[in-house]
Amino acid sequence: MTAVIHASDLTKSFGKSTAVNHISFDVQKGEIFGFLGPNGAGKTTTTRMLTGVIPLDAGTATILGYDIRSEPVLAKQRFGVVPETSNAYTDLSAWQNLMLMGELYGLPRARAEQRSADLLGMVGLLEKKDQKVQAYSKGMKQRLILAMALIHEPELLFLDEPTSGLDVQSTQMILTLLSDLNRQGTTIFLTTHNMEEANRLCHRVGIIRGGKMVAIDAPEKLKTAIDRVHRIEVSFDREVPGDPILGLPGVIGANRTGDKWQITADNRDAAIRSLVTFSQQNGAAIVTLNTLAPSLDDAFLRLTQEAQP
Amino acid sequence: MNPAGFSEQVRRAWAVAKKDIRIYYFKGPVLIFGVFMPLFLFLAFLMGSRQLPLSFLISGLVGMTLFFTATAVSPAIFPWEGSVKTLERLASCPITVEAIVFGDMIASLLFGIGITVVTVIIGLALGLSLLHGITLLAAIFLAACCFSAIGMLLAVPPTNVPSNIMMLSSLIKFPLVFISGIFVPLEQMPFWGLVLSVCSPLTYFTDLVRYSFTDTHFFPVWIDIAALAVFTLVFTVGTMYLHKRTMPKRM
Repeated sequence: MTAVIHASDLTKSFGKSTAVNHISFDVQKGEIFGFLGPNGAGKTTTTRMLTGVIPLDAGTATILGYDIRSEPVLAKQRFGVVPETSNAYTDLSAWQNLMLMGELYGLPRARAEQRSADLLGMVGLLEKKDQKVQAYSKGMKQRLILAMALIHEPELLFLDEPTSGLDVQSTQMILTLLSDLNRQGTTIFLTTHNMEEANRLCHRVGIIRGGKMVAIDAPEKLKTAIDRVHRIEVSFDREVPGDPILGLPGVIGANRTGDKWQITADNRDAAIRSLVTFSQQNGAAIVTLNTLAPSLDDAFLRLTQEAQP
Repeated sequence: MNPAGFSEQVRRAWAVAKKDIRIYYFKGPVLIFGVFMPLFLFLAFLMGSRQLPLSFLISGLVGMTLFFTATAVSPAIFPWEGSVKTLERLASCPITVEAIVFGDMIASLLFGIGITVVTVIIGLALGLSLLHGITLLAAIFLAACCFSAIGMLLAVPPTNVPSNIMMLSSLIKFPLVFISGIFVPLEQMPFWGLVLSVCSPLTYFTDLVRYSFTDTHFFPVWIDIAALAVFTLVFTVGTMYLHKRTMPKRM
């Protein structure tokens, strides 16, 4: 695997406050990397350092093989950025904004026109391409920003809260586009608050809290890693006694809620197997059996609370 | 294509300049500060200073017009773009801070030259004769570069409130007009006034314009041109260096 982003000991302070405190991580080629954290954790500061918008106080950041400090132009030429705040020029039309981006990335005019038309079609703004951006809705602006970030067909895309405050239609469009881009080989660095979004899209997530990285792993691994105790919900087609369930291998607790049993288990596999055996022995068929894994929200809350000083 | 190469960065600076012209140079405040202000100042002095010849005042008007137009918008672009976050967009693009500053300067000097040429035409229509056309053209170009750099220099303080910068800008621009031989001929200035006027690039430009229209001048022409060139170089290098240091503080 090739590291597209290599961050080592990244540090940034504003006055006496350390916004990002010696964080290190790699993002591999072809990956969607989610960067999660509560407000003020240092997500945007990290993204701004990686994209060369603000300088690093300490550490190194290598983007696509270029040191962002010593070769910022060469690095920026190969990535695109969708920032937290929509920042298209509102006095220009969508078309003029895209052509400006084309020129800033050194695209020949014909290529820039072709890309602009394709991208505006892709984000559903082609019919309004000559309208000034100030008349656009928030969702339209965000879709335009995404198109602007893609004008030069970047290998790496940084997105900072790309769907924050958007309607369902725009959110779905952007998430689908990101999935498609990733399938075509674009590496994506996604900063988000939205756990569902991260869970759905990201191959790996990094969680930052108080300027420090508290966890980096695949979402499923993070979910399971935070809870040593597993929950299983089971229901039978007839009444069964509670005490024998408590004594089953792997089971450490059993509570009746309605027509279901909420089982807590220290060994999920052993508990499920013993529940199946128990149902056979008691002549009670299993109607439903669900394993209730912790959500990424649970993992996020647990990890960020544990890291709280 | 080397994105970091000089020619490529100049191309990208031109893109910034075109953007500036589209967005900023056809707005009301620009017309007020850049065009009407020097015109009304000129009219006030024309009516109040009847003993000064028209050729003297028109030369002053040309000097003022270029100075005010070339510094009308450039001080506000960085603060304005910082406040609406479009500066962050530029900062994440493959363009150096120097090229962004250069692009803003190009827009500013083109606007300055365009409006000043109109003023020159008005002067000619009022009966002035242009005695040294080439000198005037060279002076306008050089001074436009210099004043654009001054405009960008005024934008260096890392505030994202344009009105703060415009206030600072007015505080510096108006005194410069009064010490640069526009309304009071350098010959009639007291010694301390002359010392101050030597420090103002506008003095040398006004002297060159006066030479172009009336064949009279206070400093030798080569000194005027050399002084403008040195001011341009120092201000351009200075503004690029300082913006590179302060731009991250705007983000």
